[in-house]
Amino acid sequence: MSGGLYSMDQRDFDQTLDLKKVKPYGDTMNDGKTQMSFTLPVPCNDEAIEAAKQLMKKMGFENPQVVYYRELTKGFTFFNCYGNCTHNVDYTSIHVPKVESTVMDMKETDTFIKENIGRKIVVVGASTGTDAHTVGIDAIMNMKGYAGHYGIERYEMFEALNMGSQIPNEEFIAKAIELKADALLVSQTVTQKDVHIKNLVELVEMMEAEGLRDKMLLICGGPRISHELAKELGYDAGFSMNSYADDVASYIAQEMNRRLNK
Amino acid sequence: MKESKLGLDFKKVKEAKQISGKIAVEVQKFVDNYSTVAVERTLCRLIGIDDVDSNDVPLPNVVVDQIHENGVLGQGVLFYLGNAMIETGLTPQQIAEKVATGELEITKLRINDKSNIQKAIFPYVETSVERIKNNVSRRNEYLGTLGEGPKPYLYVIVATGNIYEDVIQAQAAARQGADIIAVIRTTGQSLLDYVPYGATTEGFGGTYATQENFRIMRSALDEVGEEVGRYIRLCNYCSGLCMPEIAAMGALERLDVMLNDALYGILFRDINPQRTIIDQYFSRIINGFAGVIINTGEDNYLTTADAFEQAHTVLASDLINEQLALLAGMPEEQMGLGHAFEMTPDLENGFLFELAQAQMTREIFPNAPLKYMPPTKFMTGNIFRGQIQNALFNEISIWTGQGIQLLGMITEAIHTPFMSDRYLAIENAKYIFSNMKNIGDEVEFRKDGIIQIRAQKVLDDAYNLLSEIEKEGLFDALEKGMFADIKRSKTGGKGLAGVVAKSENYFNPFIELMKGGQN
Repeated sequence: MSGGLYSMDQRDFDQTLDLKKVKPYGDTMNDGKTQMSFTLPVPCNDEAIEAAKQLMKKMGFENPQVVYYRELTKGFTFFNCYGNCTHNVDYTSIHVPKVESTVMDMKETDTFIKENIGRKIVVVGASTGTDAHTVGIDAIMNMKGYAGHYGIERYEMFEALNMGSQIPNEEFIAKAIELKADALLVSQTVTQKDVHIKNLVELVEMMEAEGLRDKMLLICGGPRISHELAKELGYDAGFSMNSYADDVASYIAQEMNRRLNK
Repeated sequence: MKESKLGLDFKKVKEAKQISGKIAVEVQKFVDNYSTVAVERTLCRLIGIDDVDSNDVPLPNVVVDQIHENGVLGQGVLFYLGNAMIETGLTPQQIAEKVATGELEITKLRINDKSNIQKAIFPYVETSVERIKNNVSRRNEYLGTLGEGPKPYLYVIVATGNIYEDVIQAQAAARQGADIIAVIRTTGQSLLDYVPYGATTEGFGGTYATQENFRIMRSALDEVGEEVGRYIRLCNYCSGLCMPEIAAMGALERLDVMLNDALYGILFRDINPQRTIIDQYFSRIINGFAGVIINTGEDNYLTTADAFEQAHTVLASDLINEQLALLAGMPEEQMGLGHAFEMTPDLENGFLFELAQAQMTREIFPNAPLKYMPPTKFMTGNIFRGQIQNALFNEISIWTGQGIQLLGMITEAIHTPFMSDRYLAIENAKYIFSNMKNIGDEVEFRKDGIIQIRAQKVLDDAYNLLSEIEKEGLFDALEKGMFADIKRSKTGGKGLAGVVAKSENYFNPFIELMKGGQN
């Protein structure tokens, strides 16, 4: 690997940025440099390294390099690799559906609600189904919040109930009816074999059956949830990683305003 | 006691333990008068009742439910089983099978003299006590011949959902250097009021704890242990609604480590406080006798409450858990009291505070194999920073002599660990544990510096909290949300219907035979 320190590769590619043909950037425009690691279920030997390189070529990488490999256990070899990506994407034609709201801080949101809604907004949240993790719903709802963003419980103009984890959809809906919730927050943190999708869909179907779906904002969140997925599943909005109470609260306030005062 | 590196006031530590002792004794006064469906099912398992009926209901449930439905469970399952043995001449297993098919109503038989009933059941009690004793000898034999990894033990989890896939992952981890393999349970098992049966290949986020799965993993770890020349410990989860049953299954199948903490179940699984505190007592007697190291779950408090502000609640809970374990006859050497490295990475001098607390916990519980939990709350998709967070955590562990190191995974926030994640975690820990091996012997802390002051403050705050809890009692303290910012009522949560007051004929010979370990 001694040749790796200073790259002497010929750079016979176009080095100008073209947003219609975007590819990974290492240290030179359009070099396509990508790092990856994976494990192959084969013993650690020369054939394994060759297999890793061939696989990377099939994935569309030129000049595949295995920079580290190690047998994890008999018959399994781990690789750290680099390669130059040959593919590109047209950045200019991409459209990602997003939650359409302006993010406001706690004070601004409270003021917005006072002025436009005129009463407290009732929010019920839970980590539903079999999911035992509360970290997501806690980050959004608990008084303390997360990473310096206060949770919805601290907002003056929200009446918030965090039901915690492993809440069956039936119980969740019953609570929503009891408290006359304006918005429901569903968190799905750790899931396996896409059980979170089944669970999220079930909730929508149950709410439709109860005639509640149009009466409440239905919002889901979690590391494997995007706004696009949420919309597809029949939710009003979805929040992924790096979303905080501000994002969710601003959205709820503004969407309620849109619906009430159109 | 050794001199404190932190300038801790050991007199205050002693007083804190006395207060905790009083809190625990109050709890125990309550516990002594009650049993639960889970405790009674445990007794069924211990005298050899196993298998399921035609609807896949475990036979211990079938027997206990029949007695409970007749409103007489307060007499204890052994009373009715022993009596049925005299009346029918059958074994406990045969009786359970007949109850399952509806051929026998064991509460409706003629009642014999209590001492004869006890006599009838006793051979079965002895057999299972013997079996557990043999398991302890077998473990000690392995430890003698194969030896074990140095402390902190490297603890990793497997969680594929399929016990046979778990075996592959577990053996790989052992070959890479893991000392303890924990088979994560399937999501939601803690809330099942029965233990599933047989080998299982489907689970969500983990694998069902069943006696057959225990057996499969035990033999796989013995096999790989002999290969790598190190005894590999097996860990499972003795918490939730089947706490003592899992303890019994673990004792029978030679598990070595068990998560075992009622407070955790109350706070994070919303299990009824009375139910699980009663269950915990018997489960800890069994774990104590079987030489099982228990792990407590205080680290979890810091996933909801702030790790810096609420550090003293962890210590207070550890102190209470220690006293509850002592009352169940558990030796200190088996108390894997929990704490965690969970402060936000943005906190200036956070490493110093974590170091202070880890050293403090070490000094306050000098003989306990402390269970130290890795960063989870502030792990992000930035796996590169995650590796550093885990490295800092490992540094503190070797520095302060922790007992059980639950290895952090770089993909903590993303998915259940890949085989390679586990390898990177073990490599990280081994590198640091060797590279910084004796740092704790070499470095002292500045008098009245940041580290000393932090440790003293956490102890003071824990002391004050314990004094408050003593006034309220543990159950009321839980109702007020003194731990983890979570409030739990004494009559709320799951499983209260399974609690019964003991009646005049109640007996449980295992308590006497097992409490206080093997001596």
